[in-house]
Amino acid sequence: MAERVGVYVCHCGSNIAGTVDVEEVARWAGENIKDVVVAKDYKFMCSSLGQAMIEEDIKKEKLTRVVVGACSPHLHEKTFRTACKNAGLNPYLFDMTNLREHVSWVCNDKEAGTAKAKALIAGSAERVKFQQPLEPSYVDVHPATLIVGGGITGLQAALELADAGHPVYLVERSPSVGGHMAQFDKTFPTLDCSACILTPKMSEAGQHENITLLTYSELEEVSGSVGKFKVKIRKKARYVVEKDCTGCGICTEKCPRKVVDEDFEAGLGYRKAIYSPFPQAVPRIPVIDVENCTYFQRGKCKVCSKVCPTNAIDYEQQDEIIEVEVGNIILATGWKLFDTKKVPQYGYGRLANVYTNMEFERLCNAAGPTGGKIVLRDGKTEPKSVAIIHCVGSRDVNHNAHCSAVCCMAALKFGHLILEKTDAEVYSFYIDMRTNQKAYEEFYQRLLEEGMHFVRGKVAEVTDAARNPDEQGKLIVQAEDTLLGKQRRVPVDMVVLMGAIEPQEDAKDLGLKCGISCSMAGWYTERHPKLDPVATMTDGVFVAGTCQGAKDIPACVAQGAAAAARVQGMITKGKVMIEPIVASINEDACSGCRICNNLCPYNAIEYDAEKEVSRVISSMCKGCGTCVAACPAGVITGAHFNNQQIFSQIEGVLWDAKPAGGNGGAAEESSEPEPVAS
Amino acid sequence: MLRKSLPSPSRLRPEAIHKTNNNTEKVLRMSNENFEPKIVGFMCNWCSYRAADLAGSARIKYPPNVRIIRVMCSGRMDPAFVTKALALGADGVMLAGCHPGECHYIDQNYKAMRRYHMLKHMLKALGIEDERVRLFWRSAAEGEQLAEAITDFVGDIKKLGPLKWDDNWEESDERLKALEAIVKEHEEAMEVN
Repeated sequence: MAERVGVYVCHCGSNIAGTVDVEEVARWAGENIKDVVVAKDYKFMCSSLGQAMIEEDIKKEKLTRVVVGACSPHLHEKTFRTACKNAGLNPYLFDMTNLREHVSWVCNDKEAGTAKAKALIAGSAERVKFQQPLEPSYVDVHPATLIVGGGITGLQAALELADAGHPVYLVERSPSVGGHMAQFDKTFPTLDCSACILTPKMSEAGQHENITLLTYSELEEVSGSVGKFKVKIRKKARYVVEKDCTGCGICTEKCPRKVVDEDFEAGLGYRKAIYSPFPQAVPRIPVIDVENCTYFQRGKCKVCSKVCPTNAIDYEQQDEIIEVEVGNIILATGWKLFDTKKVPQYGYGRLANVYTNMEFERLCNAAGPTGGKIVLRDGKTEPKSVAIIHCVGSRDVNHNAHCSAVCCMAALKFGHLILEKTDAEVYSFYIDMRTNQKAYEEFYQRLLEEGMHFVRGKVAEVTDAARNPDEQGKLIVQAEDTLLGKQRRVPVDMVVLMGAIEPQEDAKDLGLKCGISCSMAGWYTERHPKLDPVATMTDGVFVAGTCQGAKDIPACVAQGAAAAARVQGMITKGKVMIEPIVASINEDACSGCRICNNLCPYNAIEYDAEKEVSRVISSMCKGCGTCVAACPAGVITGAHFNNQQIFSQIEGVLWDAKPAGGNGGAAEESSEPEPVAS
Repeated sequence: MLRKSLPSPSRLRPEAIHKTNNNTEKVLRMSNENFEPKIVGFMCNWCSYRAADLAGSARIKYPPNVRIIRVMCSGRMDPAFVTKALALGADGVMLAGCHPGECHYIDQNYKAMRRYHMLKHMLKALGIEDERVRLFWRSAAEGEQLAEAITDFVGDIKKLGPLKWDDNWEESDERLKALEAIVKEHEEAMEVN
């Protein structure tokens, strides 16, 4: 029996109708495409009236297939599928033609737009006839959530979920949660003490009955899909038995080996070989740094073991693989600091008194290596003048195109702290001052009043080569003052480089483990940059905080909470729909060549050695269709994208094409189909 | 079938003229100016199709010649889709997927790339200019770049002129070499371990 196809063309106000003659497209489809029994145009198909029209036609005209030419299927495919379903038609017997994003918005010419619209509608109408009814499956959502990254974003997300009563596994790769925020002294623009607002959240997470804290651990492997991920976590050996350790700190105190702390103190301070990164660390259990531990390197020492009152030191401890099952995953893996040595003209690593922003944070911090005293590298001299250079590695085509979003405000904060703690003059060399959040601009005004000097211009060079006696023994910052229109040389004692916020180096690897992608720069890609900023293209995997793009603490907290809300929604719903777009193998026709076996990235194709055939495990198949295209016998079918459907669509979109070079003269010929020869 | 009669053969054969007579180059160019190629674009659901959506949202204009068909992944690209499109009268076929390493399905775009190179040899062996098929990598954020790719590709196909299979059909070393290349690549693709 022939199908009865309904074609609906949307005006989208004037969005489509402006560059596509929608009435003509509908008329043409009704008259020229085989099996089309209803063809209509309507102002707004997605409105309730438009949907009602489709539903009514399905019932009255006994439509067996529906095509809607409107916006992108990524916007309204679901809407019209639901309309079909409401009228008793299987939602997978519907196809959507993208006449707005792919035609009207990109065409200037109405005639060309109309022709392209006709072709796309023809493609859909031909395709839809071969579509088959499909039933989505539903899987239960496991109530537990995995959160990767224990910075402020991950902590916020974990607490939101845990407070709502859901179990959370919080994985952090360093020995303590807290992230970069734990390293800061003050936070802009309110100047609250960073530790004072962060540590309560850290200890709450550490003690929460619903949070399993896995510090010094890394994500090893993720399998499964939304609702039911199986996750392997590598818990690195601490060489300290967690259940026995009381966190008294005697081992750290007595450890004879001192090491430069490159992580938490940014290379400015020391730690021991057995250490907790900072006093408020959560958990308070130290770790042994094997590479620097005298016992591990030379086989002698064992001081920590001797002094431990609870015998918690275990030199034989091994990495442990923990397997957990979760319904959703939130990635909050944060950022890393740009390597300022990559900008050699600023002298970092060569000129002693050039600091990075992270070093300066530690310098200001009352718990830092200098006890909060701002001093030069000699450890005692207070600087008389400080230059802060913005945009080091950001807004720079040689390194990162993006704006790191927080440096302007952090520079103002540094300016305030220097003016407060020393008598130094502070110069800020900026390209643009970006203070566009709540109370940020006010903070900038405050610094202008406090007497910080602002020079608008990108710094060319920081040098110690003096040209006159005033510059002797100083660092000279050479820059063009673009407001004055002339070169300036500013001699200072100290230079602070505002290094860029960059994506973590292994962000891509982790993304691949979880099945999400990164931008070219390495930021995780969100589902929609504006309307869906924490979801990703992979259901059940969410991103939050600076791993998605540079942002400040309030934005990180908001995203952490947003991701948690999304996960909570999934848990409350309890079930999640799985699209029935999967591959299947006709076992009777399969030759057992096994070509498809190795093509599947999800190991969803198993080989039945007894029957000598391959078989798709549909719950693991994600529907990419690679095996379908590869099968030499053509016996793998990709539901909703099978060969017949795509071939028909090709025929449809090429309805007006003439093989063997016939398109060359097409411009003069009429685009109407030629009369049928009798 | 949608088409209700067989298409009429074309009278102009610009490429044949091009080979023999310099004076007729003008004729060729004029005919190519009128020539609006029909191009089928296969785009993956996650990156390139969305890039095309983004180009639309940003109102970036590009030539209307590419008719986009959505597939879930560039890995779904069956070389038969390309040959089918060319046989039905497409003058070019555009393939687009996520950037290598950014595939929504982990690494299936590499498989598309593998097939693409094999397909190019196959087209040569069939006597079709292999430039008529091109693979692009465009992420969902690259609307502008996708529009650029379409503009470039349409321009290049216009320069090539309409697909004229029969004119290109001649026995030559090129075709033989291409055939050998297919056999070689096929061996690799058939490997099962």
